[in-house]
Amino acid sequence: MIGRTNVTPALAAEMGLSADEFARVEAILGRTPNLTELGIFSAMWSEHCSYKSSKVWLKTLPTTGPRVICGPGENAGVVDIGDGDAVVFKIESHNHPSFIEPYQGAATGVGGILRDVFTMGARPIAILDALRFGSPDHPKTRHLIGGVVSGIGGYGNCVGVPTVGGETQFHPSYNGNILVNAMCVGIARADRIFYSAASGAGNSVIYVGAKTGRDGIHGATMASAEFGEGSDEKRPTVQVGDPFTEKLLIEACLELMAGDSIVAIQDMGAAGLTSSAVEMAGKGGLGIELDLDRVPVREERMSPYEIMLSESQERMLMVLAPGSEDEARRVFEKWELDFAVIGRVTETGRLILKMHGETAADIPLDPLVGQAPMYERPWQPTPAEAEIDAAALPARDPLACLAKLIACPDLASKRWIWEQYDQLVLGNTVRRPGGDAAVVRVHDGPKALALTTDSNPRYCRADPARGGAQAVAESWRNLTATGATPLAITDNMNFGNPERPEIMGQFVGVIEGMRAACTALDYPVVSGNVSLYNETSGAAILPTPVVGGVGLLADAGKSVGLGLAGHGNALVLIGETAGHLGCSLYLREIESDEGGPPPPVDLAAERRNGDFVRGQIAAGRAAACHDLAEGGLLVAIAEMAMAGGKGVTLDPAPPEMPAHAWWFGEDQGRYLIEAGDAEALLAAALAAGVPARRVGAVEGAALTLFGVGAISLTQLKSANEAWLPGYMAQT
Amino acid sequence: MKAAVVIFPGSNRERDVCLALRRATGHEPLCVWHRESELPAADLIVLPGGFAYGDYLRCGAMAAHSPIMREVKARSERGTPVLGICNGFQVLTEAGMLPGALLTNRTLNFICRDVHLRVETNQTIFTCGYAAGQTIRVPVAHHDGNYTADAATLDELEDRGLVAFRYCTPAGELDDDANVNGSARAIAGIYNRSRTVLGLMPHPENATDPLAGGTDGRGLFDGLVGALQ
Repeated sequence: MIGRTNVTPALAAEMGLSADEFARVEAILGRTPNLTELGIFSAMWSEHCSYKSSKVWLKTLPTTGPRVICGPGENAGVVDIGDGDAVVFKIESHNHPSFIEPYQGAATGVGGILRDVFTMGARPIAILDALRFGSPDHPKTRHLIGGVVSGIGGYGNCVGVPTVGGETQFHPSYNGNILVNAMCVGIARADRIFYSAASGAGNSVIYVGAKTGRDGIHGATMASAEFGEGSDEKRPTVQVGDPFTEKLLIEACLELMAGDSIVAIQDMGAAGLTSSAVEMAGKGGLGIELDLDRVPVREERMSPYEIMLSESQERMLMVLAPGSEDEARRVFEKWELDFAVIGRVTETGRLILKMHGETAADIPLDPLVGQAPMYERPWQPTPAEAEIDAAALPARDPLACLAKLIACPDLASKRWIWEQYDQLVLGNTVRRPGGDAAVVRVHDGPKALALTTDSNPRYCRADPARGGAQAVAESWRNLTATGATPLAITDNMNFGNPERPEIMGQFVGVIEGMRAACTALDYPVVSGNVSLYNETSGAAILPTPVVGGVGLLADAGKSVGLGLAGHGNALVLIGETAGHLGCSLYLREIESDEGGPPPPVDLAAERRNGDFVRGQIAAGRAAACHDLAEGGLLVAIAEMAMAGGKGVTLDPAPPEMPAHAWWFGEDQGRYLIEAGDAEALLAAALAAGVPARRVGAVEGAALTLFGVGAISLTQLKSANEAWLPGYMAQT
Repeated sequence: MKAAVVIFPGSNRERDVCLALRRATGHEPLCVWHRESELPAADLIVLPGGFAYGDYLRCGAMAAHSPIMREVKARSERGTPVLGICNGFQVLTEAGMLPGALLTNRTLNFICRDVHLRVETNQTIFTCGYAAGQTIRVPVAHHDGNYTADAATLDELEDRGLVAFRYCTPAGELDDDANVNGSARAIAGIYNRSRTVLGLMPHPENATDPLAGGTDGRGLFDGLVGALQ
């Protein structure tokens, strides 16, 4: 194959390189690249690997803090959680492959994010999944949900890492581009973090894990292009996962990491051997020489191009300390995994590939990495939406509206999904899916982590800056509602085609909002992923920045859930209610209107209210706590009642606003606290300058609205639980 | 009580069961790697949950033929109690140490949730920590837990009192909805004829902690310690 394919600008364009980019490749090499070299440039300079459209904006996010050990740029972010422990976490998308082949696409998404975490020396302890599907009426949606959910479960359940949380929403904009974002959280010793930068010229480069096949070739490039008609034909670019091998790889790597054999380690993810070799040598400022004849392959006559661009799963590249080969070989043979010395670290500053005694590629690393294109793409701001006047909307029966809202696809119970995931393996899941945040203990406790993923894409479409700030604030609030102190986030930026100024404008706006919120809440970004070109035939998804948040609890036993705990307790609403209905779920589901601006996010009030709530939980004043999100106050109360199996009698809506604005407005920075001693809570709120008012009492087995009527918990639960299983059972 | 936990490549609940054993006994159980051909001296052998050998071919099928299983069988025949949980139960049926087989759940999906079990008898070393007829709440997490056997085998299990646990409602009643995976006669766990081997699909080890899953599974481990001490 070497030298046989005629490399032309047209072939480069097919691989996703523009004419300018191809000219830059020729200038760097001083000649026309061969096919393998072209493939390497195309993969490394793909949007997926180079972040060429997003980097200038991502750089503006806050990424440091007193607890941050490692921010973006490594396989995952690392944050100090005290006692010599560190939490290692990252979120990553597998959107394009999951649309083409939902089971394998989602499964390998989980596999990839697990590797990002254990590559850094951490044992994975939790997985979360943020999913977005098209309209339930779309003919592919049911098939995609079924495949994605069983793919996530099939992989996560087998490797023995609990899936503890996530979110699932529906919108027609995802009809042709579903989103599958998987987050993994692991625990490591803070002084035993492993990085990817190679060092020590002459050190051996080791390949471990599964063999290399012809699957997923050029997947990173596929993930950097729009879909058109016939995207199903891209199925061969989807990888195939083997969770059993991954489980062995986790155990083998962690066993070897307990010693001093490993100098550097990198998993083979997007762009496979290419990106792992380039990143290790590039970050170390060194060179690397690989003998491709030694790469374990599972198919015959693989070309250098195929070996370098394969995205076969469950593979790792390592640089070993001198004299460590025997120890490493012993560990990997124990776990029955392939182990091969395939090259060495050099001082040449070049990536040199040899095969069959010939040089298959010879590329200077510094320009391959350092001269990767970076674009400041033109963007235009998103026009503002007209305000919604709540008083102009018709008055309706709030309980009937509630019953409809909690049965709508976005709010309906996702039990059918999470019960297909092993939430319990490892024995540390204190709060399972279905609450504001999952709570998972560290080393059997008492210390624990609170974990959540959040995004409101409809807010982001209507006002990207508000939507970006809201996603961060909601994540922070969900952690706070369990009693945890929010530490840091990982972000998954899912957008359409950045070459369109209106899409780039969404990206810029969302980043601006996230930056403001992360700064105001001391909630830095420590890792993340960007997925662009989520479009099919020119129709883009809603802008979807998924925020994966991690918080710390000193004692898991002091965390609270959202389920109401005791009859006779009072429900207290924390935060200001203005009755904002723009972009609300009420407006969409009841009035069939997706318009209006999203609610404003007052970051100072957000911080003040959240710090107050956390303090009250720590002081033992909260029997339960829930943040208010989509659907507003009445939905949040119903969720607390259903989770705890206890009814609530509610005080009437205040006269100063329409009842639907009070019950269903989506004003931010609000929480509900169930308190045994409401007077003490209200007094503390007054002293702290935090708006608080009593809204009802825990009693009975129904949601009773004074002067309006009642709806029983049984009715509420069946409305909430029935939709998804019923939908999935249809054929 | 000294327990030996057998670890196959792909086992993933060995940590959970070790923790439950440690809570009951106050010390670490022994862990035995699947390639060993000898078991250490032990009062109890445990086959943990997971996906041994990836559950390729058929759940538990390859593990049932691993070298260590010959030794497990031999010890069992000499009277050492064996506890197989979830994948461990599947391995025991594949190895012929317990009758019947575990088919795919009737929903065709993996199921992870808390279920209620009725303790059918407490006249065994495994269940002497419970009252007969007691209802306990423990989680399941499996894809293939739908117990099946021919009618004669099922009748024999019933006649000899070898049904260990049945899926039931919180009030202890048998009910088709409570039969989470569609098992024949709602069977969640069974004994061998000498009641020295127990296989069950649910995870009592994940119900030994008040914060994580509750404590209804403790009776099994505490009972074993009492019986085998």
